[in-house]
Formats: sequence, C-alpha cells, structure tokens
Amino acid sequence: MSQEVGRGSDHTSDSAPYSFGGQWSPSAIELERRLARKARSRKNALVATLSSILVLGTLAAIVVTSPGWKSLSDTFFKWAYGFEVLPKIILGFGANVFLTVIAATSVGIFGLILALVRTSRSPAITPFRILATIYVDIFRGIPMLLIILLVGFGIPALRLQGVTNNVFILGICAVIITYSAYVAEVIRSGILTVHPSQRAAARSLGLSNFQTLRYVVLPQALRRVTPPLLNDLVSLIKDTGLVSILGVTDAIRAAQIASSRSFNYTPYVMAAGIFLLVTIPLTRYTDRTLRKSIERQNAQGLA
Amino acid sequence: MSIPVLALERVRKAFGSEVVLEDISITVPEHTATVFIGASGSGKSTLLRCINLLEQIDDGTIKLDGADITDPSVDPDEVRRKLGMVFQSFNLFPHMSVVENIILAPMRVHSKSRDEAIAEALELLDRFGLREKAEQYPDRLSGGQQQRVAIIRSLAVKPRLLLLDEITSALDPVLVNEVLSTVRDLKEHGMTMLLATHEMGFAKEVADEVCFLEHGRILEWGKPEEILENPKKPQTKEFLKRVHEAGRL
Repeated sequence: MSQEVGRGSDHTSDSAPYSFGGQWSPSAIELERRLARKARSRKNALVATLSSILVLGTLAAIVVTSPGWKSLSDTFFKWAYGFEVLPKIILGFGANVFLTVIAATSVGIFGLILALVRTSRSPAITPFRILATIYVDIFRGIPMLLIILLVGFGIPALRLQGVTNNVFILGICAVIITYSAYVAEVIRSGILTVHPSQRAAARSLGLSNFQTLRYVVLPQALRRVTPPLLNDLVSLIKDTGLVSILGVTDAIRAAQIASSRSFNYTPYVMAAGIFLLVTIPLTRYTDRTLRKSIERQNAQGLA
Repeated sequence: MSIPVLALERVRKAFGSEVVLEDISITVPEHTATVFIGASGSGKSTLLRCINLLEQIDDGTIKLDGADITDPSVDPDEVRRKLGMVFQSFNLFPHMSVVENIILAPMRVHSKSRDEAIAEALELLDRFGLREKAEQYPDRLSGGQQQRVAIIRSLAVKPRLLLLDEITSALDPVLVNEVLSTVRDLKEHGMTMLLATHEMGFAKEVADEVCFLEHGRILEWGKPEEILENPKKPQTKEFLKRVHEAGRL
C-alpha cells in the first residue's frame, strides 16, 4: 500500500509547516534555470501557434474552396433564415429542458432504488433483486428509440382506461424507464467500490445495515460516481430530442417543421447550436469534477 | 469472583476447509488488557472479528458480561454497541470531518442529541490532544492522528470492551508511540481491552495477560513476564527469537 500525500502543501505532522527562515532569494543557478525554462516555454508557444494556424487554416481553405461549398453554405448556413425561425426552436428547446428536469429527478430516485435493491443482501429483497436485475438487463439492452416507440405508440393502442394518451407524458416515461437502468448501474458500481473495511468500521460502531448504507456507503459511492452521472445527464439532455418522434414539439421537431417548410437545413444547425450551448459547459464541468475526484482519491492514498 | 467481561469457550472458526481458530478458550476480567501475539495469519485478527460478530464462529461460545452473544437470536447490532473496535487501517470515514466521525454512532445508535454528542467528542479530543483537528478531514491527518481519532471514535460509545487489531502495524515507526501512549492512557483509566499486536515491548508493559497464538490455537497463555521472558513452548521461543531479530523487542 502506498501512502501518497499528493499536494506539497499537505503538512500533516504536529509540528509547524516547514519554514526556511523566510530570507531566501533565488540563487544565480536558479535564476539561470528560470530564464532557460522561460525561453523554452516561449518557443513551445510559438510552435503551437504556428502549427495551429497552418493546420486549421489549410482545413478551412480546403472546405471553403471546395466546389460544393456554395450550395453547402446555402443549405446549412443560411443565417438570415436561421434567425427568423430561432424563437420557435428556442421555444421547442424549452420542452427539452422541461423533459430533462422531470426525467433527471425521476431517474435519480428510481435509479437509486434499483441500485439499492440490486446491492442488498437481505433475503426478503431476493425477488425484487431478481426483478431489478432483469429490468436493468432488458432496458440497458434495447435502443432507447425502440422503447420510445413501444411506449409512445404501444400504450395508447391498448386503450386502457385512465392511462394517458399524452405523447409528452409517454415520452418522459420512456426516457425515465431507459435511463433508470443506466443510472442504476452507475450507482451500483459506486456502491461496490466502497471498501468493505468502511462497512466493517460502521457495523462495529453498532450502526445497522441501513444506517451504514445511509451514512457511510452511499455518500462515498455517490461522490465517486458524480462524474459518470453528469455524463449521463449530458446524454439525457440530448436524448430528450428523441421524443420528437412521437410528435412532441421540442427543439428538434420545431427545427424539422421549419426546415420542411423551406427545404433548408439551417434550422437543424441552429438547434444543434442550442444543444451545444448547454452541453459544452456541462461537459467541461464534468471534466473538472472528474479531475477533482481523481485528485481526492489519490490524496487519500490508503483507502 | 465476578463475571468476566468476556469469556470464550472452545471457539472454532474455519474458512471453508481452512481452520483458522481451534479450541480457543480465554477469559478477560474487567479492567484488564489481554494481548494476542503470534505470526501473521495465526488467527489474531479473525479472533477479534469473531468477538465483534463481524465473523460467525463455527463452534464454541462467546459470552459478554455472562450473556451468550453467539446465540442466533441475539441481535449483532446490540452486541456491537457494547464493543469498540479499532482497525489496522484506521477506517475513518473519509467524507466526514474528525468530529463527525466521532459523533456518528453516539447520534445514530445511541440517540444522543447533536450538541451533546459534539460536546462529548470535543472533550475526548481535548483529552487526547487532538482538539484543534476537530474540523479537519481524515486525509489531512497523519497516520498516527488518524488512528488516535479512530480510537476516540470507538470510545465515544462508551464500550464495555475495546478490541484493538494491530493498530500500529500500518504506521511509520515514529508515529507508533503517540498511538501506544493513547492506549496506555486508556489502560490507566481501567478500560478492558483485547489487543492483537507485534509490539512486544508494548505488550510487556500494558498486558495483564499475554496469549501466544499459532495456527489458530493458543499455545501459551499467562502473565507477560512468563510468556515473553520465560516461554515454555519451543514455538513461542522461536517466535520471540524471530521478533527479536527483526528488532521489535
């Protein structure tokens, strides 16, 4: 077992942090090294800039000078038309946001329950554990588009009393059904990575099985799976667009209507841009969380 | 004679076909410390885990204050409330600060109010010189400090018996002493303890009884000066010789 302290600022001993008298100024050799380092980093920056300009510029030149560029830009980048239909697409995107909020909340709850059932060892839970395993296997293994079609068109066909025909609600249900299976597996993997010694410590303090889960295992598990869960959230935002197939007027459907009216694809590009406005910051944030979580785990060393 | 805090009678434990404890019978009177010595794999840790009911024994009985805790109708959580256990690898909860680690069981298991639990935790931290670490997270503490917090955490529920499982084995040599002096302090305050350790010098000092385990059996059991200075069995002599050669005596 290696015990890493990671960051240099971690002074864990009782004594005061190291101090070197405070009178230090860099020696001649250190100053020389710094100059050399600075010169090298300047050179690196120059090379990076030049190569970026060269590569990106060449690519842009190839695209713009290609014979098809004129018709391509007319079809996909007709900005005047794009901005004309933008309000409708933004309105449609509201549906995506709403779907995401409702679905993410429900998926969080339902996925957590599934994960807990699957990791429980209580004999009373056995039938539920089997059902949860089957559920996860099935819904992780079917393309979500199929589930949306089955739920969105299949359930109304049953003509059940009291069951809604509202495609919006059915669409949300399909998304929740599928994503709960994904999220359950992510949470379950998090629960399994919490070392058994943590459980032993909690049980030896007299905590019950449930209390151990609630106060010791789950907080650590959820913290560890936050980055993959955020990844799933990004996917979820994008995948809410799939319910447009049921006729829900979301950003994609709004773009489709606008595009079919003019035989121009700029509305799709606009819709893509709107999705990116939300997903790129979230992806960056996910990366940062992941980096922090790795740092934290390295700093713990002995886990 | 009063009822001993702990009494083991012919305890046996096997993992599959591998017998790890065989015919273990000991008694631990109140306010005494019993130290288990023996090579790694001799069954010391397993024995402590069995007493804590973290492992199920295959035969024999374990009595805590005269009550059979190996009876299937006994609630293990009830038993563990009366026992404190400290592990080799500290096992502090990394997502909680020091004080949160300590108050978890008093609040959730013993239904104390948060204020009361915190007051008691701070008192304990004060007593062991860790007061200023109360708000820190475990990864900011040295190994010795983490282990002392782990000891305090197990004390916070006022156990009848403390089980200390090689609590210095994962520590830097320079940090061992602060943990051992904590245990010394507990001993002086009359805590009943069961320790598994490789620190022979410490065993001699703190133990009322020393138990030498080999291959899951008790080979010798007696006063520390008898076992550690005048062992009768050749295996004990051999073990102590090897420990001595390793510079741990």
